[in-house]
Amino acid sequence: MLDDASIAETDHAADSIAVSVWRGDASGGTWETFTVPRQPSQTVLDIVTWIQQEADPTLTYRFACRVGMCGSCAMMVNDEPRWTCRTHVGRVVKDGAISIAPLRNLPVIKDLATDMDPFFDKWVKAEATHHPSAGRHDDFAAVLPDDEQRVEASAGIECINCAVCYAACDTVAGNPDYLGPAALQRAWTLYNDSRDDAGGAILDAVSAQGGCHSCHSMGSCTHYCPNDLDPMGAIAGLKRATAKRFFRRGRG
Amino acid sequence: MLDFRLYMAQRLSALIMAPLVVGHLAVMIYAVQGGLSAGEILGRTQGSLFWALFYGGFVVAVSVHAAIGLRTVISEWTRLRGGMLNGVAMAIVATLLVMGGRAVLAVTLV
Amino acid sequence: MRGGDPNAATRRPVRGHALWYAHIIHRVSGIALALFLPLHFWVLSLALTDAARLDNFLAFTELPFVKVAEFGLVFLLALHLFGGLRLMALEWLPWRAPHKTLAAGTLAVSAFVSGVFFLQAI
Repeated sequence: MLDDASIAETDHAADSIAVSVWRGDASGGTWETFTVPRQPSQTVLDIVTWIQQEADPTLTYRFACRVGMCGSCAMMVNDEPRWTCRTHVGRVVKDGAISIAPLRNLPVIKDLATDMDPFFDKWVKAEATHHPSAGRHDDFAAVLPDDEQRVEASAGIECINCAVCYAACDTVAGNPDYLGPAALQRAWTLYNDSRDDAGGAILDAVSAQGGCHSCHSMGSCTHYCPNDLDPMGAIAGLKRATAKRFFRRGRG
Repeated sequence: MLDFRLYMAQRLSALIMAPLVVGHLAVMIYAVQGGLSAGEILGRTQGSLFWALFYGGFVVAVSVHAAIGLRTVISEWTRLRGGMLNGVAMAIVATLLVMGGRAVLAVTLV
Repeated sequence: MRGGDPNAATRRPVRGHALWYAHIIHRVSGIALALFLPLHFWVLSLALTDAARLDNFLAFTELPFVKVAEFGLVFLLALHLFGGLRLMALEWLPWRAPHKTLAAGTLAVSAFVSGVFFLQAI
Protein backbone atom coordinates (compact mmCIF):
# COMPACT_ATOMS: atom_id res chain seq x y z
CA MET A 1 0.00 0.00 0.00
CA LEU A 2 1.50 3.30 -1.02
CA ASP A 3 0.64 5.37 2.05
CA ASP A 4 2.88 8.10 3.41
CA ALA A 5 4.65 5.75 5.83
CA SER A 6 5.71 3.24 3.20
CA ILE A 7 6.75 5.99 0.80
CA ALA A 8 8.95 7.43 3.58
CA GLU A 9 10.43 3.96 4.07
CA THR A 10 11.24 3.57 0.39
CA ASP A 11 12.97 6.95 0.57
CA HIS A 12 15.75 5.19 2.47
CA ALA A 13 15.54 1.97 0.50
CA ALA A 14 18.16 2.94 -2.09
CA ASP A 15 20.76 5.68 -2.26
CA SER A 16 20.34 6.38 -5.94
CA ILE A 17 18.02 5.82 -8.91
CA ALA A 18 18.92 4.85 -12.47
CA VAL A 19 17.03 7.42 -14.56
CA SER A 20 16.56 6.76 -18.28
CA VAL A 21 15.95 10.06 -20.06
CA TRP A 22 15.04 10.43 -23.75
CA ARG A 23 17.39 12.85 -25.51
CA GLY A 24 16.90 14.09 -29.04
CA ASP A 25 14.76 16.19 -31.34
CA ALA A 26 12.29 15.89 -34.20
CA SER A 27 14.71 13.82 -36.27
CA GLY A 28 15.15 11.16 -33.58
CA GLY A 29 17.01 10.43 -30.37
CA THR A 30 18.34 7.97 -27.81
CA TRP A 31 17.93 7.05 -24.17
CA GLU A 32 20.57 8.30 -21.78
CA THR A 33 20.92 6.99 -18.22
CA PHE A 34 21.83 9.13 -15.24
CA THR A 35 22.47 8.01 -11.67
CA VAL A 36 20.51 10.41 -9.50
CA PRO A 37 20.82 10.54 -5.68
CA ARG A 38 17.63 9.66 -3.82
CA GLN A 39 16.24 12.36 -1.55
CA PRO A 40 13.29 12.53 0.86
CA SER A 41 9.96 13.65 -0.67
CA GLN A 42 11.60 13.73 -4.10
CA THR A 43 9.42 14.26 -7.18
CA VAL A 44 10.24 13.35 -10.77
CA LEU A 45 10.57 17.09 -11.52
CA ASP A 46 13.22 17.23 -8.76
CA ILE A 47 15.07 14.45 -10.60
CA VAL A 48 14.97 16.26 -13.95
CA THR A 49 16.11 19.49 -12.26
CA TRP A 50 18.98 17.66 -10.51
CA ILE A 51 20.14 16.18 -13.83
CA GLN A 52 20.20 19.56 -15.55
CA GLN A 53 21.87 21.34 -12.64
CA GLU A 54 24.39 18.69 -11.59
CA ALA A 55 24.97 16.28 -14.47
CA ASP A 56 24.11 17.68 -17.88
CA PRO A 57 23.22 21.34 -18.44
CA THR A 58 22.16 20.60 -22.03
CA LEU A 59 19.00 18.77 -20.88
CA THR A 60 15.93 20.68 -22.10
CA TYR A 61 12.65 20.53 -20.19
CA ARG A 62 9.68 22.72 -19.22
CA PHE A 63 8.25 23.62 -15.84
CA ALA A 64 6.70 26.68 -14.21
CA CYS A 65 4.78 26.60 -10.95
CA ARG A 66 6.19 23.23 -9.70
CA VAL A 67 3.17 22.95 -7.36
CA GLY A 68 0.62 21.15 -9.54
CA MET A 69 -1.34 24.09 -10.94
CA CYS A 70 0.03 25.00 -14.37
CA GLY A 71 0.52 21.64 -16.11
CA SER A 72 3.77 22.75 -17.81
CA CYS A 73 5.85 19.85 -16.45
CA ALA A 74 3.80 17.07 -18.05
CA MET A 75 6.00 14.21 -19.35
CA MET A 76 5.84 10.45 -19.90
CA VAL A 77 7.03 8.76 -16.70
CA ASN A 78 7.44 5.00 -17.15
CA ASP A 79 5.34 5.41 -20.32
CA GLU A 80 2.44 7.10 -18.49
CA PRO A 81 1.63 10.83 -18.94
CA ARG A 82 1.88 12.67 -15.64
CA TRP A 83 2.66 16.03 -14.05
CA THR A 84 6.23 15.41 -12.89
CA CYS A 85 5.96 17.94 -10.04
CA ARG A 86 3.08 15.90 -8.59
CA THR A 87 4.69 12.49 -9.13
CA HIS A 88 6.46 11.30 -6.00
CA VAL A 89 9.44 9.11 -6.86
CA GLY A 90 8.34 6.49 -4.33
CA ARG A 91 5.16 5.88 -6.35
CA VAL A 92 6.87 5.19 -9.67
CA VAL A 93 10.36 3.85 -9.08
CA LYS A 94 10.67 0.17 -10.13
CA ASP A 95 13.76 -1.85 -9.18
CA GLY A 96 15.60 1.40 -8.57
CA ALA A 97 14.84 2.77 -12.07
CA ILE A 98 12.57 5.33 -13.76
CA SER A 99 12.16 6.34 -17.40
CA ILE A 100 11.32 9.92 -18.48
CA ALA A 101 10.30 10.89 -21.99
CA PRO A 102 8.55 13.81 -23.75
CA LEU A 103 4.73 13.72 -23.94
CA ARG A 104 3.44 11.24 -26.52
CA ASN A 105 1.53 12.30 -29.65
CA LEU A 106 3.25 15.68 -29.94
CA PRO A 107 6.27 16.64 -32.09
CA VAL A 108 9.47 16.90 -30.06
CA ILE A 109 11.38 20.18 -30.06
CA LYS A 110 14.26 18.96 -27.91
CA ASP A 111 14.62 16.32 -25.19
CA LEU A 112 11.60 16.63 -22.88
CA ALA A 113 10.04 19.73 -24.47
CA THR A 114 7.32 19.14 -27.06
CA ASP A 115 5.69 21.44 -29.60
CA MET A 116 2.21 22.21 -28.24
CA ASP A 117 1.03 23.92 -31.46
CA PRO A 118 -0.89 20.92 -32.88
CA PHE A 119 -2.71 20.60 -29.55
CA PHE A 120 -3.85 24.24 -29.63
CA ASP A 121 -4.56 24.23 -33.36
CA LYS A 122 -7.05 21.42 -32.76
CA TRP A 123 -8.56 23.41 -29.89
CA VAL A 124 -9.42 26.16 -32.37
CA LYS A 125 -10.57 23.66 -35.02
CA ALA A 126 -13.09 22.22 -32.55
CA GLU A 127 -14.68 25.68 -32.21
CA ALA A 128 -13.64 25.44 -28.56
CA THR A 129 -13.32 29.19 -28.26
CA HIS A 130 -16.03 31.36 -26.76
CA HIS A 131 -18.64 32.81 -29.14
CA PRO A 132 -20.13 35.85 -27.40
CA SER A 133 -23.89 36.32 -27.42
CA ALA A 134 -23.86 39.76 -25.79
CA GLY A 135 -21.66 42.86 -25.65
CA ARG A 136 -20.39 45.06 -22.87
CA HIS A 137 -23.47 47.27 -23.01
CA ASP A 138 -25.89 44.38 -22.48
CA ASP A 139 -27.10 43.18 -19.10
CA PHE A 140 -25.15 40.49 -17.25
CA ALA A 141 -26.22 36.99 -18.18
CA ALA A 142 -28.24 35.30 -15.42
CA VAL A 143 -26.70 31.85 -14.98
CA LEU A 144 -27.97 29.78 -12.07
CA PRO A 145 -25.20 27.57 -10.65
CA ASP A 146 -27.44 24.54 -10.20
CA ASP A 147 -28.98 24.75 -13.65
CA GLU A 148 -28.50 21.30 -15.24
CA GLN A 149 -26.67 22.64 -18.27
CA ARG A 150 -24.46 24.86 -16.11
CA VAL A 151 -23.49 21.89 -13.94
CA GLU A 152 -22.56 20.00 -17.10
CA ALA A 153 -20.51 22.96 -18.36
CA SER A 154 -18.81 23.53 -14.99
CA ALA A 155 -17.61 19.92 -14.95
CA GLY A 156 -15.06 20.75 -17.64
CA ILE A 157 -13.91 24.30 -16.93
CA GLU A 158 -10.89 23.36 -14.78
CA CYS A 159 -8.97 22.19 -17.84
CA ILE A 160 -5.57 23.90 -17.97
CA ASN A 161 -4.47 22.52 -21.35
CA CYS A 162 -1.65 20.37 -20.01
CA ALA A 163 -2.09 17.77 -22.82
CA VAL A 164 -1.82 14.76 -20.50
CA CYS A 165 -5.13 13.45 -21.89
CA TYR A 166 -3.91 14.07 -25.45
CA ALA A 167 -0.77 12.06 -24.72
CA ALA A 168 -2.74 9.26 -23.07
CA CYS A 169 -5.13 8.69 -25.95
CA ASP A 170 -4.45 5.80 -28.37
CA THR A 171 -6.93 7.25 -30.85
CA VAL A 172 -4.89 10.46 -31.03
CA ALA A 173 -1.88 8.22 -31.70
CA GLY A 174 -3.62 6.28 -34.48
CA ASN A 175 -5.67 9.04 -36.11
CA PRO A 176 -3.74 12.26 -36.93
CA ASP A 177 -6.99 14.11 -37.66
CA TYR A 178 -8.55 13.34 -34.29
CA LEU A 179 -9.16 16.59 -32.38
CA GLY A 180 -8.47 14.94 -29.05
CA PRO A 181 -10.11 14.85 -25.61
CA ALA A 182 -9.16 18.33 -24.34
CA ALA A 183 -10.42 20.26 -27.36
CA LEU A 184 -13.63 18.23 -27.48
CA GLN A 185 -14.25 18.61 -23.76
CA ARG A 186 -13.93 22.38 -24.10
CA ALA A 187 -16.31 22.34 -27.08
CA TRP A 188 -18.86 20.48 -24.92
CA THR A 189 -18.33 22.98 -22.09
CA LEU A 190 -19.10 25.88 -24.42
CA TYR A 191 -22.05 24.04 -25.97
CA ASN A 192 -23.61 23.95 -22.49
CA ASP A 193 -22.66 27.53 -21.67
CA SER A 194 -25.82 29.61 -21.98
CA ARG A 195 -23.73 32.68 -22.86
CA ASP A 196 -22.20 30.98 -25.92
CA ASP A 197 -24.00 31.73 -29.14
CA ALA A 198 -22.74 29.08 -31.53
CA GLY A 199 -24.12 25.68 -30.54
CA GLY A 200 -24.77 24.73 -34.15
CA ALA A 201 -21.29 25.70 -35.28
CA ILE A 202 -19.79 23.71 -32.42
CA LEU A 203 -21.75 20.60 -33.38
CA ASP A 204 -20.68 21.06 -37.03
CA ALA A 205 -17.02 21.41 -36.02
CA VAL A 206 -17.07 18.27 -33.86
CA SER A 207 -18.88 16.29 -36.57
CA ALA A 208 -16.18 16.86 -39.16
CA GLN A 209 -13.32 14.48 -39.86
CA GLY A 210 -11.47 13.65 -36.67
CA GLY A 211 -14.35 14.90 -34.55
CA CYS A 212 -16.05 13.41 -31.52
CA HIS A 213 -17.29 10.40 -33.51
CA SER A 214 -13.74 9.10 -33.79
CA CYS A 215 -13.60 8.55 -30.03
CA HIS A 216 -13.68 4.91 -28.92
CA SER A 217 -14.40 5.65 -25.24
CA MET A 218 -11.28 3.85 -24.05
CA GLY A 219 -11.21 6.41 -21.23
CA SER A 220 -7.47 6.95 -20.92
CA CYS A 221 -8.16 10.69 -20.90
CA THR A 222 -10.42 10.46 -17.84
CA HIS A 223 -8.10 7.91 -16.22
CA TYR A 224 -5.02 10.15 -16.46
CA CYS A 225 -6.45 13.67 -16.08
CA PRO A 226 -4.60 15.22 -13.12
CA ASN A 227 -7.56 17.53 -12.44
CA ASP A 228 -10.01 14.60 -12.26
CA LEU A 229 -12.00 15.84 -15.26
CA ASP A 230 -14.00 13.52 -17.53
CA PRO A 231 -13.30 14.22 -21.21
CA MET A 232 -14.72 10.81 -22.16
CA GLY A 233 -18.07 11.80 -20.66
CA ALA A 234 -17.95 15.18 -22.40
CA ILE A 235 -17.29 13.53 -25.77
CA ALA A 236 -20.21 11.15 -25.14
CA GLY A 237 -22.32 14.28 -24.57
CA LEU A 238 -21.27 15.66 -27.94
CA LYS A 239 -22.17 12.35 -29.60
CA ARG A 240 -25.57 12.49 -27.91
CA ALA A 241 -26.14 16.08 -29.03
CA THR A 242 -25.19 15.36 -32.65
CA ALA A 243 -27.35 12.22 -32.74
CA LYS A 244 -30.31 14.14 -31.30
CA ARG A 245 -29.87 16.81 -33.93
CA PHE A 246 -29.77 14.14 -36.63
CA PHE A 247 -32.99 12.51 -35.45
CA ARG A 248 -34.80 15.82 -35.03
CA ARG A 249 -33.78 17.39 -38.29
CA GLY A 250 -32.79 14.38 -40.37
CA ARG A 251 -29.41 15.87 -41.19
CA GLY A 252 -25.84 15.41 -39.93
CA MET B 1 -19.57 14.81 -42.69
CA LEU B 2 -18.44 11.36 -43.80
CA ASP B 3 -17.24 10.54 -40.30
CA PHE B 4 -20.64 11.40 -38.83
CA ARG B 5 -22.54 9.41 -41.45
CA LEU B 6 -20.33 6.36 -40.95
CA TYR B 7 -20.80 6.71 -37.19
CA MET B 8 -24.62 6.81 -37.51
CA ALA B 9 -24.63 3.88 -39.94
CA GLN B 10 -22.52 1.81 -37.59
CA ARG B 11 -24.51 2.66 -34.47
CA LEU B 12 -27.87 2.10 -36.21
CA SER B 13 -26.76 -1.21 -37.72
CA ALA B 14 -25.58 -2.19 -34.24
CA LEU B 15 -28.96 -1.41 -32.69
CA ILE B 16 -30.76 -3.34 -35.43
CA MET B 17 -28.48 -6.31 -34.81
CA ALA B 18 -28.77 -6.34 -31.01
CA PRO B 19 -32.08 -8.26 -30.95
CA LEU B 20 -30.96 -10.34 -33.96
CA VAL B 21 -27.80 -11.44 -32.13
CA VAL B 22 -29.75 -12.28 -28.99
CA GLY B 23 -32.11 -14.33 -31.15
CA HIS B 24 -29.20 -16.01 -32.92
CA LEU B 25 -27.52 -16.90 -29.61
CA ALA B 26 -30.80 -18.36 -28.34
CA VAL B 27 -31.23 -20.39 -31.55
CA MET B 28 -27.63 -21.63 -31.29
CA ILE B 29 -28.07 -22.74 -27.71
CA TYR B 30 -31.26 -24.57 -28.70
CA ALA B 31 -29.93 -26.03 -31.94
CA VAL B 32 -26.62 -27.32 -30.63
CA GLN B 33 -28.33 -29.73 -28.24
CA GLY B 34 -27.92 -33.32 -29.37
CA GLY B 35 -25.50 -32.37 -32.14
CA LEU B 36 -25.87 -30.54 -35.44
CA SER B 37 -27.05 -31.98 -38.72
CA ALA B 38 -27.95 -30.47 -42.07
CA GLY B 39 -31.33 -32.13 -42.01
CA GLU B 40 -32.22 -30.63 -38.62
CA ILE B 41 -31.08 -27.12 -39.56
CA LEU B 42 -32.71 -27.10 -42.97
CA GLY B 43 -35.85 -28.64 -41.59
CA ARG B 44 -36.29 -25.51 -39.49
CA THR B 45 -35.27 -22.90 -42.01
CA GLN B 46 -36.24 -24.09 -45.47
CA GLY B 47 -39.27 -22.36 -46.90
CA SER B 48 -39.51 -20.05 -43.90
CA LEU B 49 -40.15 -16.42 -44.74
CA PHE B 50 -39.45 -15.50 -41.12
CA TRP B 51 -35.91 -16.93 -41.15
CA ALA B 52 -35.26 -15.46 -44.59
CA LEU B 53 -36.13 -12.00 -43.32
CA PHE B 54 -34.36 -12.52 -39.96
CA TYR B 55 -31.08 -13.70 -41.44
CA GLY B 56 -31.40 -11.57 -44.59
CA GLY B 57 -31.66 -8.45 -42.46
CA PHE B 58 -28.84 -9.72 -40.27
CA VAL B 59 -26.57 -10.12 -43.32
CA VAL B 60 -27.25 -6.58 -44.57
CA ALA B 61 -26.67 -5.04 -41.13
CA VAL B 62 -23.52 -7.01 -40.39
CA SER B 63 -22.02 -6.25 -43.81
CA VAL B 64 -22.35 -2.51 -43.16
CA HIS B 65 -21.28 -2.77 -39.51
CA ALA B 66 -18.23 -4.99 -40.08
CA ALA B 67 -17.01 -2.96 -43.06
CA ILE B 68 -17.16 0.34 -41.16
CA GLY B 69 -15.57 -1.25 -38.09
CA LEU B 70 -12.73 -2.82 -40.05
CA ARG B 71 -12.22 0.43 -41.97
CA THR B 72 -11.68 2.25 -38.65
CA VAL B 73 -9.27 -0.39 -37.34
CA ILE B 74 -7.30 -0.42 -40.60
CA SER B 75 -7.05 3.39 -40.65
CA GLU B 76 -5.81 3.51 -37.04
CA TRP B 77 -3.48 0.50 -37.06
CA THR B 78 -2.01 0.75 -40.59
CA ARG B 79 -1.03 3.64 -42.86
CA LEU B 80 -3.74 2.96 -45.42
CA ARG B 81 -5.75 6.14 -46.11
CA GLY B 82 -8.07 7.85 -48.59
CA GLY B 83 -9.27 6.08 -51.72
CA MET B 84 -7.47 2.79 -51.01
CA LEU B 85 -8.99 2.61 -47.53
CA ASN B 86 -12.51 3.24 -48.84
CA GLY B 87 -11.90 0.72 -51.61
CA VAL B 88 -11.03 -1.96 -49.06
CA ALA B 89 -14.16 -1.07 -47.07
CA MET B 90 -16.38 -1.35 -50.15
CA ALA B 91 -14.79 -4.71 -50.97
CA ILE B 92 -15.63 -5.94 -47.47
CA VAL B 93 -19.27 -4.83 -47.77
CA ALA B 94 -19.58 -6.50 -51.15
CA THR B 95 -17.95 -9.75 -50.05
CA LEU B 96 -20.09 -10.10 -46.94
CA LEU B 97 -23.31 -9.18 -48.79
CA VAL B 98 -22.68 -11.69 -51.56
CA MET B 99 -21.47 -14.56 -49.38
CA GLY B 100 -24.08 -13.85 -46.72
CA GLY B 101 -26.83 -13.60 -49.28
CA ARG B 102 -25.87 -16.97 -50.72
CA ALA B 103 -25.86 -18.49 -47.25
CA VAL B 104 -29.36 -17.15 -46.50
CA LEU B 105 -30.63 -18.47 -49.82
CA ALA B 106 -28.93 -21.79 -49.17
CA VAL B 107 -30.81 -22.39 -45.95
CA THR B 108 -34.17 -20.83 -46.75
CA LEU B 109 -34.83 -21.77 -50.38
CA VAL B 110 -37.03 -24.77 -50.83
CA MET C 1 3.51 2.54 -34.45
CA ARG C 2 6.17 3.33 -31.82
CA GLY C 3 6.68 -0.22 -30.51
CA GLY C 4 10.11 -1.67 -31.07
CA ASP C 5 11.99 1.44 -32.22
CA PRO C 6 14.59 2.12 -29.50
CA ASN C 7 14.82 5.71 -30.65
CA ALA C 8 11.11 6.26 -30.17
CA ALA C 9 10.29 8.45 -27.24
CA THR C 10 7.67 6.06 -25.90
CA ARG C 11 8.57 2.38 -25.88
CA ARG C 12 5.07 1.05 -25.59
CA PRO C 13 1.48 2.33 -25.53
CA VAL C 14 0.20 3.94 -22.36
CA ARG C 15 -0.42 1.22 -19.80
CA GLY C 16 -3.81 -0.47 -19.78
CA HIS C 17 -6.61 0.16 -17.33
CA ALA C 18 -10.14 -1.27 -17.05
CA LEU C 19 -11.87 0.66 -19.83
CA TRP C 20 -8.83 0.38 -22.09
CA TYR C 21 -9.02 -3.40 -21.79
CA ALA C 22 -12.74 -3.19 -22.55
CA HIS C 23 -11.89 -1.21 -25.71
CA ILE C 24 -9.21 -3.69 -26.82
CA ILE C 25 -11.46 -6.68 -26.16
CA HIS C 26 -14.26 -5.05 -28.14
CA ARG C 27 -11.92 -4.29 -31.04
CA VAL C 28 -10.24 -7.72 -31.13
CA SER C 29 -13.55 -9.58 -30.81
CA GLY C 30 -14.94 -7.51 -33.70
CA ILE C 31 -11.94 -8.31 -35.90
CA ALA C 32 -12.14 -12.02 -35.05
CA LEU C 33 -15.88 -12.16 -35.78
CA ALA C 34 -15.43 -10.28 -39.06
CA LEU C 35 -12.74 -12.74 -40.15
CA PHE C 36 -14.88 -15.72 -39.11
CA LEU C 37 -18.00 -14.57 -41.01
CA PRO C 38 -16.93 -15.40 -44.59
CA LEU C 39 -16.02 -18.93 -43.46
CA HIS C 40 -19.37 -19.25 -41.69
CA PHE C 41 -21.27 -18.05 -44.77
CA TRP C 42 -19.33 -20.42 -47.03
CA VAL C 43 -20.09 -23.45 -44.86
CA LEU C 44 -23.80 -22.61 -44.77
CA SER C 45 -23.97 -22.12 -48.53
CA LEU C 46 -22.75 -25.70 -48.93
CA ALA C 47 -26.39 -26.59 -48.25
CA LEU C 48 -27.08 -25.19 -51.70
CA THR C 49 -24.23 -26.63 -53.61
CA ASP C 50 -23.02 -29.73 -51.77
CA ALA C 51 -25.33 -30.97 -49.03
CA ALA C 52 -23.26 -34.08 -48.38
CA ARG C 53 -20.20 -31.98 -47.71
CA LEU C 54 -22.21 -29.89 -45.27
CA ASP C 55 -23.23 -32.99 -43.35
CA ASN C 56 -19.60 -34.14 -43.25
CA PHE C 57 -18.60 -30.77 -41.93
CA LEU C 58 -21.31 -30.83 -39.28
CA ALA C 59 -20.16 -34.30 -38.19
CA PHE C 60 -16.68 -32.79 -37.81
CA THR C 61 -18.16 -30.30 -35.34
CA GLU C 62 -18.66 -33.13 -32.87
CA LEU C 63 -14.90 -33.11 -32.19
CA PRO C 64 -14.05 -31.74 -28.72
CA PHE C 65 -11.68 -29.05 -29.94
CA VAL C 66 -14.37 -27.81 -32.33
CA LYS C 67 -16.81 -27.56 -29.42
CA VAL C 68 -14.25 -25.45 -27.58
CA ALA C 69 -13.77 -23.30 -30.67
CA GLU C 70 -17.53 -22.86 -30.95
CA PHE C 71 -17.64 -21.82 -27.30
CA GLY C 72 -14.89 -19.31 -28.08
CA LEU C 73 -16.88 -17.85 -30.97
CA VAL C 74 -20.05 -17.58 -28.90
CA PHE C 75 -18.01 -15.93 -26.13
CA LEU C 76 -16.56 -13.39 -28.60
CA LEU C 77 -20.01 -12.66 -30.02
CA ALA C 78 -21.51 -12.17 -26.56
CA LEU C 79 -18.57 -9.95 -25.51
CA HIS C 80 -18.96 -7.81 -28.60
CA LEU C 81 -22.75 -7.57 -28.19
CA PHE C 82 -22.83 -6.68 -24.48
CA GLY C 83 -19.78 -4.44 -24.75
CA GLY C 84 -21.49 -2.70 -27.64
CA LEU C 85 -24.68 -2.20 -25.62
CA ARG C 86 -22.59 -0.62 -22.85
CA LEU C 87 -21.10 1.79 -25.43
CA MET C 88 -24.53 2.67 -26.79
CA ALA C 89 -25.70 3.39 -23.24
CA LEU C 90 -22.62 5.58 -22.65
CA GLU C 91 -23.16 7.47 -25.88
CA TRP C 92 -26.92 7.84 -26.17
CA LEU C 93 -28.48 7.49 -22.73
CA PRO C 94 -28.67 10.69 -20.71
CA TRP C 95 -27.52 9.36 -17.34
CA ARG C 96 -23.97 8.80 -16.08
CA ALA C 97 -23.26 5.18 -15.20
CA PRO C 98 -20.44 3.34 -13.41
CA HIS C 99 -18.69 2.17 -16.57
CA LYS C 100 -15.96 0.08 -15.02
CA THR C 101 -18.65 -1.90 -13.22
CA LEU C 102 -20.66 -2.25 -16.43
CA ALA C 103 -17.57 -3.42 -18.29
CA ALA C 104 -16.97 -6.07 -15.64
CA GLY C 105 -20.64 -7.03 -15.91
CA THR C 106 -20.25 -7.45 -19.67
CA LEU C 107 -17.49 -10.00 -19.11
CA ALA C 108 -19.58 -11.86 -16.54
CA VAL C 109 -22.76 -12.05 -18.66
CA SER C 110 -20.76 -13.11 -21.74
CA ALA C 111 -19.06 -15.87 -19.78
CA PHE C 112 -22.43 -17.02 -18.50
CA VAL C 113 -24.14 -17.07 -21.92
CA SER C 114 -21.27 -18.87 -23.63
CA GLY C 115 -21.02 -21.22 -20.67
CA VAL C 116 -24.66 -22.19 -21.15
CA PHE C 117 -23.95 -22.77 -24.83
CA PHE C 118 -20.94 -24.94 -24.01
CA LEU C 119 -22.88 -27.10 -21.57
CA GLN C 120 -25.57 -27.66 -24.19
CA ALA C 121 -22.97 -28.41 -26.83
CA ILE C 122 -21.11 -31.13 -24.98
